[in-house]
Amino acid sequence: MLGSNLKRVALLLGLACALVWPARSQAQGNYFVTYTHHMEEPGNLEFATKSVTGFPRAGNAFLGNAFEFEYGVKAWWSAELYLDSQTTANESSVFTGYRIENRFRPLLKEHWINPVLYAEFEDINGADKAILEVVGHDGVEDFLERTDRSEKKREVELKLILGSNVKGWNLAENFIMEKNLAGEPWEFGYALALSRPLSLAASPNPCKLCRENFTLGAELYGGLGDRYSFGLHDTSHYLAPTMAFHIPSGPTLSVSPAAGLNSHSHGFLLRFGIAYEIDQVVSRLRGKK
Amino acid sequence: MTRKLFWVLMAGLLLSATLLFAATVGDGAWKTRVPDKDRARENPYDSQTNAVAAGAKLFRQNCSSCHGSEATGTDKRPNLHSDRIRTSTPGELEWLLKNGSMRNGMPSWSRLPEQQRWQIVSYLKSLQ
Repeated sequence: MLGSNLKRVALLLGLACALVWPARSQAQGNYFVTYTHHMEEPGNLEFATKSVTGFPRAGNAFLGNAFEFEYGVKAWWSAELYLDSQTTANESSVFTGYRIENRFRPLLKEHWINPVLYAEFEDINGADKAILEVVGHDGVEDFLERTDRSEKKREVELKLILGSNVKGWNLAENFIMEKNLAGEPWEFGYALALSRPLSLAASPNPCKLCRENFTLGAELYGGLGDRYSFGLHDTSHYLAPTMAFHIPSGPTLSVSPAAGLNSHSHGFLLRFGIAYEIDQVVSRLRGKK
Repeated sequence: MTRKLFWVLMAGLLLSATLLFAATVGDGAWKTRVPDKDRARENPYDSQTNAVAAGAKLFRQNCSSCHGSEATGTDKRPNLHSDRIRTSTPGELEWLLKNGSMRNGMPSWSRLPEQQRWQIVSYLKSLQ
C-alpha cells in the first residue's frame, strides 16, 4: 500500500515537472546496467525510470522498477537517488527500498580511458527485483525466492567505471564490488558496453527521426562470485543489445532485450526506460531563468 | 573488521571529494592548457554551408540552457560573444568542448561525436 502510494506520488511529481519545465534531449548514457564516465551537467536534474520485466519458467512474471533522480552537483560529481518497487503476477506490488549513490570523476580532462569512482548505499528488502546490477552468485534460482519484504538488505556498492570515446563509439567497463553490511562477504561483478549514434554529424534542420537521435549498442554483464569463491562458477551472465531514441527537447526512450548466457541466468529479460532532464533546476527555482 | 573497512573506504571517498572541491577555484585559464597540436587543428566543417545551421541546432539542444539561446550568457555562465571566444582558434574551442573546464563548471562534451563538436565550433565562430 505504502509502496504503491509512493510510486504514484513519484509519477505525479515527474509528470508535473515534465509539463511545467522544458527539457533538453540529452540523457546520461545509453545503457541500463553499465555506467559511462559521462557525468550529469552541473545544475541539471534528470529523472528516469528503469524497468525490467521477465517471465521465469518456474515462477511468476514480474516487473521491477527503479525511479531515478540524478543531479549534477559539479561537473565532476553527480549524485543520485533511486526508489525501487516491483510487481509480481499473482502476488502484489511493493515498494522495495532506496539507493543513494555518488559518482566522482578524479581526472578533469578527457583521456583515452577516463576513470570514475562510484559509491552507493542501498537499503532495500528481500523482494527487490530491479536488477540494476548482477553480482556474486545472483541467478534465476535465488531470484525466484525474492518475495520476503521483511528481509532487510543494507548494502554498500563500489564501482570502478572506465569510459572512452573513440571515433564516435562509446566504450565503458565497470568493475563492481558489493557488500551486505550484515556480515556477508564482498561480491563481485562486471559490466561492459559499447554504443554509437547512427549518424555522427548532425543534420542542419530540426528533426525528430534523424539518424543522429538514435543510438545502438550492446551490454554484457554478470557476476564474478564472491570473496571466497571468485570466478565464473555458479554465476549468471547476460548479453543485451540496447537502443536509445533521444527526442529533441523531450525525453529519451530506451529499450534493451537481454538474453541469459547460461543456465543460471534468466532466459530473457526486457528492459525499458524513459529519461527526462530539467536544465539548471536551482536557477529555475530561484527565478533566474 | 568489515565495518571498520567500510568506514575507512567512506572516509577515503569523502576526503577525495573534499580535495577535489578545494581545487575548484575558477582561473579562466583554460586556453593555456590547450596543447599546441590541438590549438592548430582546422575545422573540417569550415567549407560546409550547413555546418553553422547544424551547430546552431546542437547549441540550442545542448548549450543554451547555460549560455542562453543567443549565446549571451545567463546567471553566472559566460557570454560567448566575447574577445576570448573571438580570438580562440577553432582547435582551441573544440578542445574546450571535448575536455570541458570542470574546475569552472563547464562539463566535458565528449559524449557528442567529434563531428558535432566541430559543427558547434562553426556556429560559435559565426557569432563573431
